[in-house]
Amino acid sequence: MDAIVLARTQFAANITFHILFPTITVGLAWSLLFFRWRWLRGASRDPAGAQGWLDAYRFFTKVFAITFAMGVVSGITMSFQFGTNWPGFMEKVGDIAGPLLGYEVLTAFFLEAGFLGIMLFGHGRVSEKVHFLSTFLVAFGTTLSTFWILALNSWMQTPAGYEIVDGVFRARDWVAIVFNPSFPYRLTHMLLASTLTTAFLLAGLSAWQVLKGVGKRSAPRVLRYALTVAAIAIPIQIFVGDMHGLNTLEHQPQKVAAMEGVWDTESPAPLLLFAIPDLKERKNHFEVPIPYLGSLILTHSLHGEIKGMNAFRDRHPPPLPVFMAFRVMVGMGMLMLMTSWVALWAYRRAQWRPERLSRKILWLLAGMTFSGWIATVAGWWVTEIGRQPFIVYGLVRTSEVASAVPSTMILATLVLYLVLYAALIVAYVAVLKYMAEKPDAVIEDTRRDERGTPAGASMSPVLSTRGG
Amino acid sequence: MEMMTFDTALPLIFMALMGVAMLVYVVSDGYDLGVGMLMHRATAEEKDVLVASIGPYWDANETWLVLGIGILLIAFPKANTIVSGELYLPITFMLVGLILRGVAFDFRVKAHDTHKTTWDRLFFIGSTLASVAQGWMLGRYISGFGTGWNYPLFAAAIALALPMAYVLMGATWLVMKTEGAIQEKAIGWAKTAWLPMVAGMVLISMATPWISQTVRERWFTLPALIALMAIPLLTGIALLAVRYLLGSKAVRGPLSWLPFVLLILVFLLGFLGLAYSIYPYVVIDQLTVWQAASSPAALKLILVGVCISVPAIVWYTAFSYRVFRGKTGELKYA
Repeated sequence: MDAIVLARTQFAANITFHILFPTITVGLAWSLLFFRWRWLRGASRDPAGAQGWLDAYRFFTKVFAITFAMGVVSGITMSFQFGTNWPGFMEKVGDIAGPLLGYEVLTAFFLEAGFLGIMLFGHGRVSEKVHFLSTFLVAFGTTLSTFWILALNSWMQTPAGYEIVDGVFRARDWVAIVFNPSFPYRLTHMLLASTLTTAFLLAGLSAWQVLKGVGKRSAPRVLRYALTVAAIAIPIQIFVGDMHGLNTLEHQPQKVAAMEGVWDTESPAPLLLFAIPDLKERKNHFEVPIPYLGSLILTHSLHGEIKGMNAFRDRHPPPLPVFMAFRVMVGMGMLMLMTSWVALWAYRRAQWRPERLSRKILWLLAGMTFSGWIATVAGWWVTEIGRQPFIVYGLVRTSEVASAVPSTMILATLVLYLVLYAALIVAYVAVLKYMAEKPDAVIEDTRRDERGTPAGASMSPVLSTRGG
Repeated sequence: MEMMTFDTALPLIFMALMGVAMLVYVVSDGYDLGVGMLMHRATAEEKDVLVASIGPYWDANETWLVLGIGILLIAFPKANTIVSGELYLPITFMLVGLILRGVAFDFRVKAHDTHKTTWDRLFFIGSTLASVAQGWMLGRYISGFGTGWNYPLFAAAIALALPMAYVLMGATWLVMKTEGAIQEKAIGWAKTAWLPMVAGMVLISMATPWISQTVRERWFTLPALIALMAIPLLTGIALLAVRYLLGSKAVRGPLSWLPFVLLILVFLLGFLGLAYSIYPYVVIDQLTVWQAASSPAALKLILVGVCISVPAIVWYTAFSYRVFRGKTGELKYA
């Protein structure tokens, strides 16, 4: 197989595995801050209710900790993947990518790693105020890290503020580099994706606890919180996604052509509900079109023109994965919209008493626990595969910066990574399920950690569930 | 000699930063990798203490690797191309090892009791794999990625010696952090690891000038040689002191920290020797720091971030070590 395709697949496997965990920790850190705040606020007025929020905080702190650890180890791999797979990238655009990556590493380390310890084990050793501030700084750190990484990624999609001197990129205007045209849309889209992924994770685990009859103090509250967040965030996400799409049409029309399976420039363009784009024959099979709708959605007018891939010849991405991943993302988004609205409505009618909820809805939520992962990964595949054949859109081709490592070696290591990651995802999901079924042991364990006693010997919090 | 401008000094500053990050990584992850490699010699009860002793630190320890490799990537992109191409496979093995042990560490007590043994085994395997891979990489790097029968042999020797050094670090860490029966056991482990580690170090010190002409010329010229003798001499004294202490009573009492600290000194001396051997190259005999460096503009911008963040990271690390100071043995799970 082609070494570049293999290198891309390997990089994709690694970054896909990595993004699963930050997607959760960014949203979960803010949720933990909310739980903590509810507990602090309610402690004097409504002790019983506040206890539920404290339980929720303690339980999901453990979930946060193991997710964070998964993010750390997969992040170490990422720091090597740039060099091993795309050595030419830093040689060409290092002046721009270097500082952005550098600041991500330096600021993210400082805030996340620095205050995670206090957040997990500092309760009792520092004041409530300092502890709350630490939780805030961890949440802020994860978000800051998203900021830098998405600034770099967006710059690779819609480069700005650079000049090319002797074939090497130099920074000219840092504000233009960071706030490049697609950055605000991509950052908002990703932060909302993280919010939704976390909301469905919280709702799913809580629904599972209700089904198993455990976590009686915390699960009803977390469920209500998560469904409310999801029901509000998902329409905003659909709106932001639409704006992001318009932005992409303006700056990267061939990506949109691949997303929509448009070969020849069309006006009006239909919306293809389904098709199988065929790169060899340069046409679609099994099209299911809705006339005018493509133009309407993408240009907000009935006869708007959509440029086709044939207008870009060797400058457009492979359409099949982009087309399919886009439909998975949108389909998952619709499913999330319906699920969150129906479940929230039903939960309200049940007067926020989960035992009155139909088991079908609880099972649906449990089944959707990791739906955010699917939508997020599909979205990233759309935007990253959609940038091909370029690594810096329109300027640097991926093939120019690839490593000279033989393809057999890339294939062998790719298989190794895939096997490892598949096993680890199974293990992670299994451990979450196991923890969800024994929340009391997990909470008791965190309580001991917070007192700063021995279990606190482990900053990575895991040591201690011997009883669990 | 003409005065160095700030722009010419920048690559040297980053080389020094990278060196320090790597040294801190090797020392700090060295002891926790070492503890990981001692897992299979411990009983089930002791395993928990071993893990607890490194629990608060391993995360932060590994971030130094990201910092070190990050500087290589962003400050010396051309060197990164050579290094990551030459070391493609060992890098992969190291990463797999680090992932396995990190995850095993976190999952071993979260999972069903029946799975605990499997996670413990993976923790051991991951630690060993990462250490051996790092030794091999170090060996290849020092020898300038040379080809020929002797170069892989040299790398293989370091691939065995570095894990031994890590095990000795891990054992002396445990001597410092534990007491009673388990401390006694750790002293035994340290004694066992001492001889192979010293033998490995002697062999490598003798082989390095033989394998690299640059190193040979650096060291074996007369006025320099006398000053440089301080490095092997001090190393030898420190290592002998470690061995003596391991047999003494004091190591079971007030001096339990000394072997560990002496070993840090050994690593520091080795690092200085290495730095002297390769300066001003970032890839020996191929690329100097100036040839490999990014533009001064980019380096200055990163340096600002470094000046703000690195003191903060150092502060946090010191704070964490202070919070969790004392014997792990006292910290029972209760």
